[in-house]
Order: sequence, then structure tokens, then C-alpha cells
Amino acid sequence: MKITRDEVRHVANLARLDLSEAEVDRMTGQLDAILTYVAKLDELDTAGVAVTTHTQQVVNAFREDEVRPSLPREQALANGPEQNGESFVVPRVIG
Amino acid sequence: MEYYSLTLQEALRRLEAGEVSSVALTESVLARIDSVEPAVQAYLALDREGALRQAEQADIARKKGQAGPLCGIPLAIKDVLCTTSMPTTCGSRMLEHFVAPYDATVVTRLAQAGSVLLGKLAMDEFAMGSTSENCAFKVPRNPWKPGYVAGGSSGGSAAAVAADECFASLGSDTGGSIRQPASLCGTVGMKPTYGRVSRYGLVAFASSLDQIGPLTKDVRDCALMMNVICGHDPLDSTSLDRTVPDYTEALQDGLKGIRIGIPREYFGQGLDPEVDAAVRQGMAMLKDAGAELVEVTLPHTDYCVAVYYLIAPAEASSNLARFDGVRYGFRDRSADSLIEMYNKSRSRGFGDEVKRRILIGTYALSSGYYDAFYKKASQVRTLIKEDFARAFAACDLMVSPVAPTPAWKIGDKADDPLALYLSDILTLSANLAGIPGMSVPCGFSGAGLPIGMQLQAAHFNEAVLLRAAYNLEQRAGVVGKKPVLA
Repeated sequence: MKITRDEVRHVANLARLDLSEAEVDRMTGQLDAILTYVAKLDELDTAGVAVTTHTQQVVNAFREDEVRPSLPREQALANGPEQNGESFVVPRVIG
Repeated sequence: MEYYSLTLQEALRRLEAGEVSSVALTESVLARIDSVEPAVQAYLALDREGALRQAEQADIARKKGQAGPLCGIPLAIKDVLCTTSMPTTCGSRMLEHFVAPYDATVVTRLAQAGSVLLGKLAMDEFAMGSTSENCAFKVPRNPWKPGYVAGGSSGGSAAAVAADECFASLGSDTGGSIRQPASLCGTVGMKPTYGRVSRYGLVAFASSLDQIGPLTKDVRDCALMMNVICGHDPLDSTSLDRTVPDYTEALQDGLKGIRIGIPREYFGQGLDPEVDAAVRQGMAMLKDAGAELVEVTLPHTDYCVAVYYLIAPAEASSNLARFDGVRYGFRDRSADSLIEMYNKSRSRGFGDEVKRRILIGTYALSSGYYDAFYKKASQVRTLIKEDFARAFAACDLMVSPVAPTPAWKIGDKADDPLALYLSDILTLSANLAGIPGMSVPCGFSGAGLPIGMQLQAAHFNEAVLLRAAYNLEQRAGVVGKKPVLA
């Protein structure tokens, strides 16, 4: 087994996902098959090979630090599931 | 002939000649949608009034001599592109009621070109899938055969074009999501070079792989759409500041002096014999057009699926962390604490495939596994990129199948994610290498399903793809063939 039920629960917690027991079962089987397959990369010796994170060599895209129009607060808040006209409202964080 | 069945360029010609108005074109397409949409299921949102209003404005602009390059042409876009005029759902319950506060740059460019936006097209949730069955709202159908998949993730974009429900559409392609549905539905589809088209306002799946591109009825229409959507955008720092040619100039007859590579690894096990035969026939047509065929090799092809299904989920797990039920999207209101609210909102808002990829990605990036999975995959990505660089030293473009099989029945591969991932093998590598790729119809299976040929070229060589595609199209005898609907 490449991945256990406990590891799936741990990763789900890191990803902020609640999984039912049935989902843990199903995901463990599917993730195990996928991780077993991707282990074929171990056949390749990659010592000294550079990583590719982007395919184009863009170094930095600088622009002048000028004040420009930005999203009005009302619009920025408009999609908030709960908001009070000034900020997004979330369940109490500190008791 | 009804207006809706015209190609984009023929519709434009008639608009320019004053033979038809944009309002008449738009009414024709809307009537077509009313008639075939129950069978095709391509549209998640349709803006009837908005489209007719834009059409009226386009007719006025044309009378005043202010017509843009797509003035009056009704188009539709994948629901992954932000629009202020309609919701942007990404095919997910998570964004069911989301209306973006800004338009994607490509949406602005299409509007500035004078086109008419009809609506938003169905897709796999957050563009994750190869059949569009992961859409939370409806599953688009292959117009060529009832009960068959349209492909994915831009399934609605391909089905709508194939069914004449718009003159052209936009999709997005992270591992084949434009080219594969284009192949399965018999349309032309182009994934441009990474950085050729601004991603601003494209809801991110895997940021180093995502690219927007057109799906069209023929190759010239593809060039016309590319002329409008390509180019640098200060709002996307990964879009590159390179001159955009007039792509229609690439559509010359004949391929003398063009070397076409055949990557032997792309004709391996699991390739459907009918697909193999159709693509080989297409190769013979390209040779007839004057091209020289040469064998090339991409030795790391067998590792592409493994690399992709680590890198894409890793980037997705990071990108989709923003859906936390706070600023936009679905919130579970039963939660008492912030953490519980995050967990419940995400668990109820995301579908299975999205959760699966978030889990793979989180695992591949997590402490203790990062080097073995994410870093290893990123190193093999370099080897894949180098394979392409070597191959393109020996040829101007490469041809291959797009997908190993024609379309299959809805539900047939829904229970085996790995089997579905493996079907992406021929398209993923273009995204890993950042090169442009195209799907062009080259034939049909015995069951009447379309088969596409994939063309791939080096970075920023879209013009050579269009030239080869144009020559294939002239000879393949598939132009004007339409599915029979309603």
C-alpha cells in the first residue's frame, strides 16, 4: 500500500476537507492506485536535473508603483456569503 | 442555408457586405439553441436579452464604420472565464451564485472586437476531467451520437460549436481540455503557447499549465479568433510581450519545405485502430501537400501522465485553497467555528474529482513527500521539455492522434479515475512543455464519430500549426459535415 486510511485522513485535514468513512475508503483505494502508478518516475535517475516550474523564462514583471483605480469595497464584498457592508463576517475565532 | 450553420468568416463576409445584420444572425443562433439545446446540454447560462442588445449595438457600429474584427458575431465561452454580465460557476456548486466583479481579459478583447456574447458553456468542475461528466449542473452531449461524451473539460465549448449553437467558442486547456473535446466533437481547437493569451480572469486550475484558446468550425475561423485573443496583458505577468502576427496570413496552400515529425511513442499500445488509420491518412495528405515526413522521438512520453498528475493536482490544491466560504462561494451555515466552517463549506461545495485532486496535490506537497513527488515530477518535466527541444531541431511541427479513441458512452469510464487519466497521454505533454497544440478533424470512425489529428510546434509557432491544419482541412473532406440533430 502506498497510502493508508490514516494518511488520507491526515491529508484531508491539511486540505480542510471532511471525508465520511465511505469517502475515506474510496479515496484510499483510488489514491493508492494513482500513487502506485506515479511511482514509475523512480525508474529515472534525476540527480542534477534542474526543476521546471514555468516553461517561459519570465524573470520579473515590474511596473511603476502608481496609484490606480481598484475594486470598490461594495463590489469586493458583493459575493461574500456573509458581510456587513464593511467586512466579511466569519464565525467567532477567539472565544 | 440557415445563418447559424455558417462559418464565422462567412458570417463576417455577409455582415460586411450588408447581406445580413448581427441581430438576424443572433436570432438565428438563439432559435438554433432553442431547438437543439435539449439534446446537446451545452449552455450553463444564456443571456438572450444581452446578446440581442449587443447585436443591435454591433449593427449600429458597423453602419458608423466602427466595426471591430468580430463585429456582430455571436460567440460563447467556457464557464471558467469571469464575466460581470453572467454568473461564473466553473461547473461547481462552490461557485453556483458567483458573479465576478470584473471581466476576464479575453472577454474584454472579444467585446472590443465587437462580438456578441451569447452565454457560458458547460465544463468539468474547475476544468478537472476528460468528459465534462464532472459538471455539477449538466453533462454536455456529443452532437454526433446520443449518449456519448463531448469530451472535456471544455465539453460544452466543443459541443456548442459542433451543434451550430455559436459561431465559435473559447475553452481552456490544462492537459488537453481544448484539443480532446475538439477531437471528439469534430471541431478545430487550439491551445496556444503558454503566455500567448492572458489568463487574467481565468479561474485558475494549474497556473503553470493553464491556457485559453478557441474552438471553431474551421481553421480560418481559428486564425480569426487567435488574432483577437492573443497578446500581452499587463494584468497577467506571465503573458509575454511578443508581436502577434496576422494568423490568417499563415493559411497558404502547400507545405513545401515543411518538415513534419512523427513521434513514434504517440502510436503505441492502446491506440484505437480506426484512430490510427485516420491519422495516418491525414499524414499522407500532408505529404501530398508537399511536406516532408520524418520520424522523431520523445523518449520520456511514458512518464508524462505521472508527471502531470502530480504537478497539476499540486498546483490545484494550492489554487483551490482560496475557496474557504469567506469572500465568495458556498458557505455551510451550520458550522460553529471557523475551521469547521472551512471544512464543511469545502466538503459540500466541491465534487469528488476536485476533492481527489486536492488530496493528491496536498499529499505530493506535504512534508516528507515533497522531494519524492513534486520535486521529482518537476525534474522529469525538464526532461520532457528537452525531448521537445531536440525533436523540434529536426522538424517544424509534429503530428499524432489527439485522443487514443473516439468518444465513448457517458458513464463508461466514470468509476476509474486512473484509466481516464491515462487517456490524456497524448495531450498532456504540450502543457508540461508550454508549447502550442492543435486538434483538426481528419476523419470519422465506422460508428460516425469524429477523429482529430493533433499538431504540435515549438513555442510561438502557432502559424505553422495553422498552415499545416489548413492544408489538412483542404484535403480531408470533412469540412461542412454536420451532425444530424433535432
